[in-house]
Amino acid sequence: MTTGETKTPVETATSRGAMSTATPVQVPEENTPEPPKAEAEHGRVGAGVFDPKQLWKSLPDACRKLDPRVMVKSPVMFVVEIGSVLTTAMAIARPSDWFGWAITAWLWLTVVFANLAEAVAEGRGKAQADTLRKAKTDTVARRLNGDAEEQVPGTELRIGDLVVCEAGDIIPGDGDVVEGVASVDESAITGESAPVIRESGGDRCAVTGGTKVLSDRIVIKITTKPGETFIDRMINLVEGAARQKTPNEIALNILLASLTIVFLLAVVTLQPFAIYAKAEQSMIVLVALLVCLIPTTIGALLSAIGIAGMDRLVQRNVLAMSGRAVEAAGDVSTLLLDKTGTITYGNRQAAEFVPVRGATAAEVADAAQLSSLADETPEGRSVVVLAKEKFGLRERHEGELAHAEWVPFTAQTRMSGVDIEQDAVARKVRKGATGSVVAWVKERGGSVPDDAQRLTDEISQAGGTPLLVAVEDAHGARVLGVIHLKDVVKHGMRERFDELRRMGIKTVMITGDNPLTARAIAEEAGVDDFLAEATPEDKMALIKREQAGGKLVAMTGDGTNDAPALAQADVGVAMNTGTSAAKEAGNMVDLDSNPTKLIEIVEIGKQLLITRGALTTFSIANDVAKYFAIIPAMFAVAYPGLNKLNIMALHSPQSAILSAIIFNALIIIALVPLALRGVQYRPMSADKMLRRNLAIYGVGGLIAPFIGIKLIDLLITLIPGIG
Amino acid sequence: MSPILADVLQVTALIVALALVYRPLGDYMAAVFTSKKHLRVERWIYKSIGANPDAEMRWTAYLRGVLAFSAVSVLFLYLLQRVQNHLPLSLGFAAVSPAQAFNTAMSFVTNTNWQSYSGETTMSHVTQTAGLAVQNFVSAAVGIAVAIALVRGFARSRTGDLGNFWADLVRCVVRILLPISFVAAIVLVACGAIQDFGTWHNISTLAGGQQAMPVGGVASQEAIKELGTNGGGFFNANSAHPFENPNAFTNLFEIFLILAIPFSLTRTFGKMVGSIKQGYAILAAMGIIWLVFVIFMSWSEFAHPGAAMHAAGGAMEGKEQRFGVGASSLFATSTTLTSTGAVDSFHSSFTAYGGGIALLGMMLGEIAPGGTGSGLYGMLIMAIIAVFIAGLMVGRTPEYLGKKISGREIKFAACYILITPALALIFTAIAMALPTPIHSAANPGPHGFSEVLYAYTSAANNNGSAFAGLNANTDWYNISIGICVALGRFLPMVFVLALAGSLGEQRPIPASAGTLRTEKPLFAGLLVGTVIIVTGLTYFPALALGPLAEGLSS
Repeated sequence: MTTGETKTPVETATSRGAMSTATPVQVPEENTPEPPKAEAEHGRVGAGVFDPKQLWKSLPDACRKLDPRVMVKSPVMFVVEIGSVLTTAMAIARPSDWFGWAITAWLWLTVVFANLAEAVAEGRGKAQADTLRKAKTDTVARRLNGDAEEQVPGTELRIGDLVVCEAGDIIPGDGDVVEGVASVDESAITGESAPVIRESGGDRCAVTGGTKVLSDRIVIKITTKPGETFIDRMINLVEGAARQKTPNEIALNILLASLTIVFLLAVVTLQPFAIYAKAEQSMIVLVALLVCLIPTTIGALLSAIGIAGMDRLVQRNVLAMSGRAVEAAGDVSTLLLDKTGTITYGNRQAAEFVPVRGATAAEVADAAQLSSLADETPEGRSVVVLAKEKFGLRERHEGELAHAEWVPFTAQTRMSGVDIEQDAVARKVRKGATGSVVAWVKERGGSVPDDAQRLTDEISQAGGTPLLVAVEDAHGARVLGVIHLKDVVKHGMRERFDELRRMGIKTVMITGDNPLTARAIAEEAGVDDFLAEATPEDKMALIKREQAGGKLVAMTGDGTNDAPALAQADVGVAMNTGTSAAKEAGNMVDLDSNPTKLIEIVEIGKQLLITRGALTTFSIANDVAKYFAIIPAMFAVAYPGLNKLNIMALHSPQSAILSAIIFNALIIIALVPLALRGVQYRPMSADKMLRRNLAIYGVGGLIAPFIGIKLIDLLITLIPGIG
Repeated sequence: MSPILADVLQVTALIVALALVYRPLGDYMAAVFTSKKHLRVERWIYKSIGANPDAEMRWTAYLRGVLAFSAVSVLFLYLLQRVQNHLPLSLGFAAVSPAQAFNTAMSFVTNTNWQSYSGETTMSHVTQTAGLAVQNFVSAAVGIAVAIALVRGFARSRTGDLGNFWADLVRCVVRILLPISFVAAIVLVACGAIQDFGTWHNISTLAGGQQAMPVGGVASQEAIKELGTNGGGFFNANSAHPFENPNAFTNLFEIFLILAIPFSLTRTFGKMVGSIKQGYAILAAMGIIWLVFVIFMSWSEFAHPGAAMHAAGGAMEGKEQRFGVGASSLFATSTTLTSTGAVDSFHSSFTAYGGGIALLGMMLGEIAPGGTGSGLYGMLIMAIIAVFIAGLMVGRTPEYLGKKISGREIKFAACYILITPALALIFTAIAMALPTPIHSAANPGPHGFSEVLYAYTSAANNNGSAFAGLNANTDWYNISIGICVALGRFLPMVFVLALAGSLGEQRPIPASAGTLRTEKPLFAGLLVGTVIIVTGLTYFPALALGPLAEGLSS
């Protein structure tokens, strides 16, 4: 994977990080150490909250969905609706038959419950959409026409228009800053209140319609048509209006439809057999049998599962532009992870004080700390922190030391230090780049021991950066030791990558570092592979290579030059801080711009598929018990021997059939929280996962209805007039 | 030796024999279908039918080959029966009636071999040998060819080519079926089966009466009848007739012939897709179902519930003394689980549960191990359904043998599993709803219903065995069963080949730790569960009104 020849890192994560530290306003970006989320959530997909009140609130929506034109999209539930209409007609024809009315009522409830599941799932996105709509108030744009400015409604902007925004203006549409720099409040979209910097050129030029300029003046070139802006798409997405069935959902629907047809045949052909057996069945009983057999549980919950999957992403501030991408996330077998911000904290930190012969580590630490007090770079701060952690050296403040002359770090000297006089002894300490410190020591007539060279070489070879520490005192000038700076891998990443490996996912670290450094960090982090000195072309080639082997690839990116790779990847997550080209190319946008989230996205994709499979298995397994309830109820009169199949000892034929129908309806409502939340998911091997889910949803699906139907039957018999 | 111990020993001997041939036969078949060379006799055949055996076919071309060949076979067989009285060696038999000739032609070309006639008194030597026996070979070969095409769909990538139908057909007959049948026929002759083309012998019986002894090419036809999972007997009594199946050894040998190719094809499959273990998983699923059915069948027959059978001291009605309960149960289970339909005893006379097990065996879709070829492709379709549901439960969109099971694949698989239940149930329902067909049933009540249900289940699944007792030589049954066998054979083949084409075009997905391991015992178990639940659920109401109603009432 390491490319032998040297390639110019056109744009690497590190160079981006360095550039942005210069910006005055605090920007939430990959350079700031992330709170170690990996530990907090540790690969678990958290549960979405489900409030039973939502059921009640969504009831009107559920009833509206009874429209056959809507129902026909779910073939299984459409059959139930037709059945309900039939039994209603039968019940009206024989109004005195309580059984017919009871079955009819519960059949309608089955349909309503199914719609309710979908409505609740959709309802959870609606609240989010309302907030977004507020941001999308009708704005007036200041369009540039030559040099003149004209006021036009935001909806009339076309691609290529130039608009001006000043402090306090709402940005009228998506676009790129072509002139100026401004701080922008994007909280309407990201929920993050800290303002971000947007400037012309580079990777921070994209602005989103509906966000607010807080300072300065910028000129924006509009890049999207009205009605297709980011915020419009977000509203559509979270509301589920733009929801299309995903490929796997379509496939599952085909299977469910064919099972429905099989059971329809089994029930329709049963009547001639029954007549021969002198046990002709009423239409109501046949419809009841059919509804019990067809996979209503999964049929009812299928679309809710899909919507909830998208919703779980939205809750994590990730917008999937298509459900297909969420599904693909579950299939991903190669993850391309940017080193900086994802695997490491992104800046080099002091990791060790190594003394030369004749000195001790404590001495090195003391001198290093002293010489770093005037160094405000992150590297300098990390030396002070390490000295305190390892040697208990309290941070000394500049005023504390008398007669101290501080030498701050500059790019020219590449050294920092201090000259102090303590107890009438002059002492000068320095730390800095190897060459500078060696020159400083030699200038003062000191010597550089051989092992100093050896130590610095070793550290360089291990991918670290060495800083020399030197001192000049009564004993003359000499090198004390070396500070080992290195890129620090985030806590818990190794465990996370181990988990991914168990799930069959290969991780590839992408970095602009040289192969040596990259290898060291790759080994420490435990990734499977790395791509060093990576250019966008390298990334693209890597993705294509993996895909040619039949693998699905996921990656994150934010730069314009990431766009082709983002488009090529099966799951391309664009950072919201990125350019509009990147956002356009990816099929997901992470509003938090947190590259670690890629791992969670994969887990959510898997969880979505598992939930579908588990509920399908459960639904089919349920049928066994329903047969044991209904078949004896239908035919024990003609063939009393069949009563032996009534192993649940249900009270009467009517109570048996009714119990099965009630169970069938109630199980839908009972499983709504599971469908919305998703089944519990832990990273483990496919074998273990299958064993576990088969035990819970397969075997559980066989047993649960026996208990459920029996209990409902016991309750029914308590109703006067039936028991 | 107690009969039960004898039964256990027979089953054990059978399993050992099958295990011994599994590897060589499976590997040999894989070599036959992957070899690039043609034998001289094969070249001669290709030349005479004008086929280019090296031309790769897409699924549509392959299907056209299957359908064209079968259509010509039906026509030929129909005509042969209609004019047999004008041909030599006619034995003085008249031409077969149009409805019965149609039924027989359809039935033999589809590897069903349902017989509404009584062989020794209807079919001439020429019809038996040049017509029916030839179809015994080629119909089995067509099934194997289609299965091999599906296997190629799994094994190949980024191509729509599935091999050449004519080459597969000819090689299967010439290199696999003919040599084995030849050896098997000799074994059968050595053990007492007859083989001659003379005229009937008139003999005097011990009691002084006169009896006409039928003759014919019985042993040769018997061998391929079992080996090709055909089941159409020379005699009306089928393998219960001593000239077809003289003794306990030939009985076991015939069962062995029935099971040899269907089981061994799983090895061929594993070999061709590059993972022997995948073949073992399919074999395990087939083997488990077969063994469980054998155990239940034997238990039901040995226990012989019911007052009448207890009074008789055993469930021996309809069974041959020289085989007994155990061997008959073993034969009945094997024949109904393989789409063979040969019988050495009368399933109608089995206990209610025993009859039900035979019925359920066919309802599973003839996949454990199923007919030659059709068993493998049927089980692979079930594997796709199982993978689809289980694959989701491991958090990936489903894939099998490195191929994605997406909407297109599941559509073909779903259509496949829809067809036979639809045919069996709809035809039975029509027969039950019409006023006359039920009069063919010899028994009233649930047993009568079972006879009709059995007939159409047997036809739709291309089994061919009958729940004796139903008079099927009526125009209604001849024609409806003729249609049923044709639809039950060729519609599934359409979907299997379409599926093969769709799989072949995909590029393979490499397996990882996150992939569902389809070569593991867990998957084999899951496959068994899927087969039982999916088919069981479809037929449960019908079974409840037939064998279950009958069995539970005692």
